[in-house]
Amino acid sequence: MALLEVRDLEAQYGWTKVLHGLSFAVEEGGITTILGANGAGKTTTLRAVCGMVKTRGEVRFDGRAIAGRATEDLVRLGIAHVPEGRGTFVNLTVEENLRLGAYARAGRGSLADDLQAAYRYFPVLAERKRQLAGTLSGGEQQMLAVARGLMLRPKLLLLDEPSLGLAPLVVREIFRIVRTINQEQRVSVLLVEQNAAMALRLADRAYLMETGRMVMSGSASELREHDTVRRAYLGY
Amino acid sequence: MPSRALRLGLVVVLAGAMVLPFVVTNFRLFQCAQVFIYAIALLGLNILIGYNGQFSLGHSAFYALGAYTTAIMIDQWSVPYGWTIPVAGLLCLIAGFLFGIPALRLEGLYLALATFALALAVPQILKYFEHWTGGSQGIVLSKPAAPKGVPLNPDQWLYFLTLFVLLVLLVLARNLLAGRTGRAIVAIRDNPIAAQAMGVNTALYKSLTFGVSAAYTGIAGALSALVIAFVAPDAFDVFLSITFLSGIVIGGLASISGAIFGALFIQFVPNWAQDISKAAPWAIYGVFLIGFMYVMPRGIAGAVRLGAARWWRRRAEPS
Amino acid sequence: MDILIQQVVSGLATGGIYGSVALALVMIYEATDIVNFAQGQMAVVSTYIAWSLLNAGAPYWAAFLATLAISFVGGLLLERIVIRPVEGAPVLTVVIVCIGLLVILNSVLGWIYSYIQKPFPSPFPDRPIRIGNVYFGAHDVGALAITVLVLVALYAFFRFTTLGLAMRAAAQNPASSRLCGIRVGWMLAIGWGLASLIGAVAGMMVAPIVTLDPNMMAGILIYAFASATLGGFTSPGGAVLGGLIVGVIENLVGTYVHFIGTELKLTVALAVILIVLLVRPSGLFGRAAVHRV
Repeated sequence: MALLEVRDLEAQYGWTKVLHGLSFAVEEGGITTILGANGAGKTTTLRAVCGMVKTRGEVRFDGRAIAGRATEDLVRLGIAHVPEGRGTFVNLTVEENLRLGAYARAGRGSLADDLQAAYRYFPVLAERKRQLAGTLSGGEQQMLAVARGLMLRPKLLLLDEPSLGLAPLVVREIFRIVRTINQEQRVSVLLVEQNAAMALRLADRAYLMETGRMVMSGSASELREHDTVRRAYLGY
Repeated sequence: MPSRALRLGLVVVLAGAMVLPFVVTNFRLFQCAQVFIYAIALLGLNILIGYNGQFSLGHSAFYALGAYTTAIMIDQWSVPYGWTIPVAGLLCLIAGFLFGIPALRLEGLYLALATFALALAVPQILKYFEHWTGGSQGIVLSKPAAPKGVPLNPDQWLYFLTLFVLLVLLVLARNLLAGRTGRAIVAIRDNPIAAQAMGVNTALYKSLTFGVSAAYTGIAGALSALVIAFVAPDAFDVFLSITFLSGIVIGGLASISGAIFGALFIQFVPNWAQDISKAAPWAIYGVFLIGFMYVMPRGIAGAVRLGAARWWRRRAEPS
Repeated sequence: MDILIQQVVSGLATGGIYGSVALALVMIYEATDIVNFAQGQMAVVSTYIAWSLLNAGAPYWAAFLATLAISFVGGLLLERIVIRPVEGAPVLTVVIVCIGLLVILNSVLGWIYSYIQKPFPSPFPDRPIRIGNVYFGAHDVGALAITVLVLVALYAFFRFTTLGLAMRAAAQNPASSRLCGIRVGWMLAIGWGLASLIGAVAGMMVAPIVTLDPNMMAGILIYAFASATLGGFTSPGGAVLGGLIVGVIENLVGTYVHFIGTELKLTVALAVILIVLLVRPSGLFGRAAVHRV
């Protein structure tokens, strides 16, 4: 069964329509990726799922219709969104950032355990837990953002271009951890990426997006083999 | 919006303004002259805050400096009043420029405090130099009469004088802001670092903008001394600065027409409030302030612009 | 020498008052990113509430606590009702709404209670405390102690509680806070509630010194603003310390610099602050603003 199901989603900024009725699904326990170039509408898609932009269309999460709900409420249902630009609280410490990740999860299990888990996945954050988050490097901030999302104990993790502006080695490291998290914690992942090669290696299902529409979908291996995708997005 | 409609509107308004002095009472003319004067001051403040993004709660100080320059020159040295206006403007230009230099190091709230301090200090300083300023008693002037051969009473004459100065300063401001200098001023507001990188001398422009802004406000002050024929320190307290600030926000930030809307508001709304409730007029004024901000968060000029855009969009769509 | 110490001490006492109002300003600023010009007037409203309760025969500390509770709820409601409609509007729009609020509260207070000054009791004994040749007013010492107490409580709240953390987060990065599930609007409202509460404390400590009238806080707000700027708008402790410094400077200047006397006291105090600001543009203890390029 699909954990997240989106049908005929439309969104606009002011007078400009950005999403033209797109449909996709994220399978429970899987990693799904949406690929596309700059300006295709990938970030807007994630923002629309999270109620951060005005939308039309149907969004179902865990069997419930969630379109039009406030972002804060969706977080409580178990959707963790790691936003574009990482959304770091630069003037708070690393540990405070992580505590904020668990803010909406009152009651379910102890905070200390989750901090332990986060530090196990990202040892570098443990070393810097008393440091202001603004002093971290770009890669470390991205790790912090993923860890913050994880603190929610989410059912669904939305990742918006985690590779942006990072060195390939760092990206590989982060993707490796995401896969571990997906397997160990049974967290479903929706990954939006420009770096198609990396994303297709990680994901099991993939969609291709162009100017606000889904133009192709299939298993990750299918898309990897597809001529158009290969030429336009993988470059060989 | 087509500029023809705009131009036509302007002509109608101007024609109305020319006829007005011959159909309404002298008291109304006095009020209109006040509106023109406020509009000049608001224009000055708007150049600084709206266009350049520097905050000031201290413009009552420049208004006072202009007013006292005129009053002292007439009272102590019997200078013809016409000469005192440019002198007041020049003095405020220099004072504003000089104040703008240290203010460069301050931003936002800290600049607000620095200018706030200036506004607070001015009434005290004016009272201290009693010999020149007449202390808290102030200086009484006589209302200037129209030049010989001009068949106007003093109120009519002052009405035209203030209107003339306002128009000149409006055109100057428009030209200043529409050109290269204006783009530099706005660029500094929007992104000072990028502006600097593009070769704008931000320090010079910011202090100059401060100076120009102060000069406008100083000229307004000078005119107010003539129109009211009286200056006293307590008329220039910090509350005047706050009134100016309300005026530009209500009128519309970064808009030239906003200065006139704002001036109408700060001149007439307190009077209406007084008419509505004698017991608590300021409560009514406060309700007006808040109400305007709810309905038009970008000021009257912003609302007019939005309304016009909607209207033209509807007209353009085929029905 | 005794005169000097005496002047410093009474400077510290008034400075404590400036500091507590400055603290309220800084709080609102930290929690909502705006400077609330109506802060002082809200404090006066609280003080009038306390005055009414005391007049109705309530014991001092009961009235004190009740006033704090009412002020907290009142501040919260003001944010929800008056400020909420302009959330997201340009900063200056919000500033003007605050000014409107100030004018309304002042006018309504004058209407209900008249502008005649009213005496307000102090919870502390009348007899001054004497150490050597220096006298400390019991109320001054008490007021200072309460200011410090409030500061410590606030620090603990923001530093150690989840709610405090969420409030700081909401002010710094609203979008990201929403993604953490924080209800940003309510955090702002709670910030207003807390600031209103601090203002109430300051008002009840000031009123016995200056007597109660609707304009009681106008002068103090100016000094509080100066104190907060001097200490740095991003530092609660700095705001209180800034208040103390301003109080002492003001007193010493008035006493020792004779040609200035009391008339230019305010001007000189402000000039001193300006000079400090020119050397440290973000205040003595403030964080320098970081600019994104």
